[in-house]
Amino acid sequence: MYTYVIRKLILAVPVLLGVSVLVFLIVHLTPGDPARLLAGPEAFEEDIQAIRVRLGLDQPLPVQYGRFLGGVLRGDLGTSFRSGRPVAEEIAARFPYTVELATVSLVVAIAAGVLVGVFSAARQNSLWDAGTMGVALMGISVPTFWLGLLLMLLFSYYLGWLPASGRGGPLWTRAGLESILMPAIALGSPSAAVIARLTRSSLLEVLSQDYVRTARAKGLPERVVLYRHALKNALIPVVTVAGLRLGALLGGAVITEQVFAWPGVGTLVVNAINARDYPVVQGTVLLMATVFVLLNLTVDLVYALIDPRIRFD
Amino acid sequence: MGFARRLLRSKQAVIGGGLVLALVVVALLAPVLAPEGYDAQDMSKSLLPPGPGHPFGTDMFGRSLLSRIIWGSRVSLQIGVLAMTISLTVGATLGLISGYYGGTLDRILMGFMDVLLAFPGILLALAVVATLGPGLYNVMVAVGIQGVPQFARLIRGATLSLREKEFIEAVRAAGARDLRIMRRHVVPNVVAPVLIMASLDIGSAILSAAGLSFLGLGAQPPLPDWGAMISQGRHLLRSAWWVGVFPGLAILLTVLGFNLLGDGMRDVLDPRLRL
Repeated sequence: MYTYVIRKLILAVPVLLGVSVLVFLIVHLTPGDPARLLAGPEAFEEDIQAIRVRLGLDQPLPVQYGRFLGGVLRGDLGTSFRSGRPVAEEIAARFPYTVELATVSLVVAIAAGVLVGVFSAARQNSLWDAGTMGVALMGISVPTFWLGLLLMLLFSYYLGWLPASGRGGPLWTRAGLESILMPAIALGSPSAAVIARLTRSSLLEVLSQDYVRTARAKGLPERVVLYRHALKNALIPVVTVAGLRLGALLGGAVITEQVFAWPGVGTLVVNAINARDYPVVQGTVLLMATVFVLLNLTVDLVYALIDPRIRFD
Repeated sequence: MGFARRLLRSKQAVIGGGLVLALVVVALLAPVLAPEGYDAQDMSKSLLPPGPGHPFGTDMFGRSLLSRIIWGSRVSLQIGVLAMTISLTVGATLGLISGYYGGTLDRILMGFMDVLLAFPGILLALAVVATLGPGLYNVMVAVGIQGVPQFARLIRGATLSLREKEFIEAVRAAGARDLRIMRRHVVPNVVAPVLIMASLDIGSAILSAAGLSFLGLGAQPPLPDWGAMISQGRHLLRSAWWVGVFPGLAILLTVLGFNLLGDGMRDVLDPRLRL
């Protein structure tokens, strides 16, 4: 088991390095000259060159990457072209809100998904089963930003129950809960659908196993069989998928934040792209990818903990 | 051919296939089906609700939403199919090389796939479009790159398992060249899983591209892109809900079609297949 953990940890390092290289390359291979952009249309060549030197843009690419990586490891993600503030500072102000949205969405998705999946599996091949799985299929086919707009139309404009945009406050306040509800549902729906489908198929597979037949033959009530024996094992793959979905949620939050004006890192990155503020784009993408890699690592480790087959391999 | 016949028995595949076929027909016959061109502006008809003459209403430039959605089917289909083609060709090539030659090359290539997979959601596509600039073809490339790892892994897996088989040794001993082996032996075995993955990938490519378009990074106006239309509709939600709602419905039905088709194919092939 420990070799499994150590191996996973070691393998994560080249991936993280690769991510940093890729992000650096993508951003630095942009057509156009940032120094010229910064200097403005009326600048002299000497000024542009001076800016170039100041930003280190006159160095060969590998040297620039080295400086970039060195900075990253020290927590310096560069300076925003637009605001002049350190990128790390801009991100740090907003990232917690994105994490908040993604986490709440995941919780909603898991709760709804598992419930629906169990419901469906218990009524296999019935109309209920077909109906809920049909809804689940729609859940993974729907654009989340459109779903968000529909929710907004219904619950904000027609019914007036929930605020249309913005973050009302911390999660534990009523205003905060009201404002996070729609974004979380919109963002979490595809994940809920995926989890529902997976829970159903996983549970059905587990229920056909021999040890379940044994439990039933022992005379245990169906409920005990379902919850105590079957569900625990059926949920193992769901854990892995939940971890992966968190990544999709982090990525998808970028769009959902635009719809609901959620003050997260998504709005930051979209504005940065439109303003050609490359350090911000670079820093944000790098951070999100790193978080995702570490997240997957954690999921792998948790998976090892709960699936005894891995432990004794 | 038995595969095709079994496919017709799957309700999902039939419904999905029907939706996809409908999309293709609409896209091909757009000039005939659409009441107007996609940029036929008429400010006197601005923001009319659904009614006679304009079943889906009009946008702020007086353009018929029905027309724009019909024309937009071409854009969506193009994006989906071309992005998937990029993912498939690049991914399959890398997977084939990786699985067949193995060793360090395999590790490097798969490591690169891991790096691509490390970007959550559309973040990779977002970064690529940020670099290349907005536009239909840039979105296609960006989304295409995003889909490479899954095809690479699929083909690599198939190639690896085939490499184990002894008849490959025999064929090599008989002097067949590597490429020929790959072509004649690996390819027939992967057709079905690749078809499934392709269908599902077109659906997800359309969704990703719609998201990028919604952010303003996709097809530029006046091109009729469903995602961009929803973005316009966002600001008019209170006053003219139809501008944002109908394009989204189109996306939903389209992606649903590809997903149903893929699911149906998967059920026919092997219900236990976790793709």
